[in-house]
Amino acid sequence: MSVLTAIFALLFYTATVILVAGLVAKIHQYARTPAPLKIPTTPAPTTRGGVVARLFREVVFFESLFKGSKWSWLFGWLFHFGLLIVLIRHLRYFTEPIWFVAALVQDIGVYMGFVMLLGLLGLLGRRSLVDRLRYISAPSDYLMLVLLIAIGGSGLLMKYVSRTDIVAVKAFFLGLMRFDWQPLPADAFLLIHLVLVAALMIIFPFSKLLHVPGLFFSPTRNQADDPRERRHLAPWAAKLDATRTAGN
Amino acid sequence: MAKAKEEFAIPKLVDIPIIPAIAPDAMAHSKPFVAKPEHQEPLGFPGELVDNWKEKALDKMGEMLGKYRSLPVFLDACVKCGACTDKCHYYLGTADPKNMPVARQDLLRKVYRRYFTVAGKYFPKLVGAVELSEEVIEDWYKYYHQCSECRRCSVYCPYGIDTAEITMAGREILDHIGIGQKYSNEIIAKVHKIGNNLGLPEPALANTLEGLEEEVQEDIEVDVKYPLDQEGAEVLLVTPSADFFAEPHVDGLIGYGKVFHRAGISWTLSSFASEAANFGIFIGNYENMQKVAMRIRQAALDLGVKRIVVGECGHAWRVAYSFWNTLIGPFDFLDPNYPVPQHICEFTYDLIQKGALKFDKDANDDKVVTFHDSCNVSRASRMGDMPGGQFMIPRELLRASCNHYVDMAPDTIHENTFCCGGGGGLLTDDLLELRVKGAVPRMEALKKVIDEDGVTHMAAICAICKSQFTKVLPYYGMSMDMIVSVHQLVGDALVMGAEH
Ligand code: HEM
Ligand code: SF4
Ligand code: SF4
Repeated sequence: MSVLTAIFALLFYTATVILVAGLVAKIHQYARTPAPLKIPTTPAPTTRGGVVARLFREVVFFESLFKGSKWSWLFGWLFHFGLLIVLIRHLRYFTEPIWFVAALVQDIGVYMGFVMLLGLLGLLGRRSLVDRLRYISAPSDYLMLVLLIAIGGSGLLMKYVSRTDIVAVKAFFLGLMRFDWQPLPADAFLLIHLVLVAALMIIFPFSKLLHVPGLFFSPTRNQADDPRERRHLAPWAAKLDATRTAGN
Repeated sequence: MAKAKEEFAIPKLVDIPIIPAIAPDAMAHSKPFVAKPEHQEPLGFPGELVDNWKEKALDKMGEMLGKYRSLPVFLDACVKCGACTDKCHYYLGTADPKNMPVARQDLLRKVYRRYFTVAGKYFPKLVGAVELSEEVIEDWYKYYHQCSECRRCSVYCPYGIDTAEITMAGREILDHIGIGQKYSNEIIAKVHKIGNNLGLPEPALANTLEGLEEEVQEDIEVDVKYPLDQEGAEVLLVTPSADFFAEPHVDGLIGYGKVFHRAGISWTLSSFASEAANFGIFIGNYENMQKVAMRIRQAALDLGVKRIVVGECGHAWRVAYSFWNTLIGPFDFLDPNYPVPQHICEFTYDLIQKGALKFDKDANDDKVVTFHDSCNVSRASRMGDMPGGQFMIPRELLRASCNHYVDMAPDTIHENTFCCGGGGGLLTDDLLELRVKGAVPRMEALKKVIDEDGVTHMAAICAICKSQFTKVLPYYGMSMDMIVSVHQLVGDALVMGAEH
């Protein structure tokens, strides 16, 4: 087994551990921190079921963003939808036999790579051209888009310019999952692609990609509008019940 | 220093609103008067800037990150998509980029990142993290007092990030290192001591209400009562103290009295809880907000009422509707057949539904009326039993009492409503420039319906909105009398007739 294979195997184990442990830690932090007051942005659903529907619309259609900015919505949605399909398509490298959903998106998956890139370029364009967005952007905001464009770009280059041995790639990833390492092909675009993906996984829990768990924990979106019907009390606030007074 | 009237240019209203190009530091001179020790200490805050302010501020931030989930989630989740950047009336009116909601959040976020995140600890430049410095504190003080906590930005944010929460956290940290805002803290101290924002003691209040009774008697020759501290009344009414004397607020209070009278429901005001407003929310301080609200629980128990009704006030309704049950509940001593608390508009609407009130709409025929949705009612609370009742019910009251009603443009009403420019503890003359400029989006929408539909009056259900519009309308060549209370129009059209 080559040094290269060992390096990449260790890289992906490390990245996976950081991604999972980082996200678990963050989710744990969000989950244990109480929201002491009822602060849904109203009009809000009055039932739990309504809240689930609201979150569903936010996740799937980016409902609020649609109200806020049509261009961000368009590019953002294209990028995320493309990303979703591409990710599902990638599952064929991790499942044997290939999971039927991954097989299902096999054909449109290729175009979705372009859709995703189109969305990302649109977002980058907006970020660099609109004065308000330039003002609020840190270097990391540009770099995140560049990173994703580079991942998508290197992937498409493998597909259309310099093909790699995808059977060997699949064997490598299945091997990683079974702790039975298999050799990784030493193709430049593949290695670039994989390094960038590992970088993304490592960055995930320390960056704004925390918008993914964040959305589900956002009190303005995940609370039901029922404060008159139900007394909402965080543990630290409940303690104050015993000592509260009306002043002098 | 606040600038005097002549020292700033009044914005020109345009027909088609534009998003201004950023003008850095355009409002860097705007900051409110700092609280003196006598305004700070009664609230439990240090009187002046503490020596170890940096350490204290970071400790407080850390503590709050563990107590309010909104903070870590909002500070982590923002993707800088920019959807909120053109949604704040203060940005639209001043073009100062730090008045873009996300930039306002970033003032806190960049410090959060530096001290509380891995990325900011090791790669501060990359993620825009900075040390907590005097300059940062200065910016917090300025720009957390250029946010009216109106929540308009949170409507459009894909994660519902509510800049109001960040502003409240910023103010809470500042208060804890000794840099409070005079206007809000002085008022809260007054409520703790006397029971209302104005510092009106019981005799003055009794006097005012007597005067009102005489005035109404003279006007319509009906013996409408404005009772104070009446034990055993059915309803305790808590209303913003501005209703006791300010124009046009007091006409709203007259209207509530007429509704109670016509419905034959006994009611009372309380001299102990003579204030619905609760500025504790503005400074983001749970304990002070609870203490202010507790006066109302106390008064309701002492007077032995069965219901609590809240008068026309935006943030007061937010605190009452969304927070009271948490802060001063449970309300098991009140009549479970009615919502606790109930908004005066819900109360009146209920009576209309039951056919208990009759209106002569012609009484308001000299007016073409529009309605200003107050932020806190629209985006932070509800009326009635379905989402959006807070938009429908006040409009139903207006339609029941006026023949001519028109709405302003759809992107400026309901949950899209623009703040009056004076909410969130900014209704003070040391912030006049900000208030005048922040009113631009509402003024533009109003001017449009004046020009196109001949609107003569704008009704509101918030004491702060009413005071703010009275002050700023003249800057834009409109009459300050345009702004009226919803219950003034209701009261004027209500057929009083005989008692039943
Ligand atoms: C539950 C899943 C997700 C939801 C609901 C979601 C939602 C959103 C929304 C609404 C935006 C703002 C619009 C925009 O600027 O594109 C956004 C931005 C972004 N998302 Fe997601 N996202 C999800 C998953 C992901 C994942 C898995 C990634 C990356 C691997 C990602 C990367 C990004 C990036 C980089 C941006 C910023 C784009 C920019 O710079 O303008 N998202 N996301
Ligand atoms: S809460 Fe209102 S005032 Fe504050 S930043 Fe958001 S839109 Fe502006
Ligand atoms: S809309 Fe929300 S996510 Fe987008 S920049 Fe504003 S605060 Fe950040």
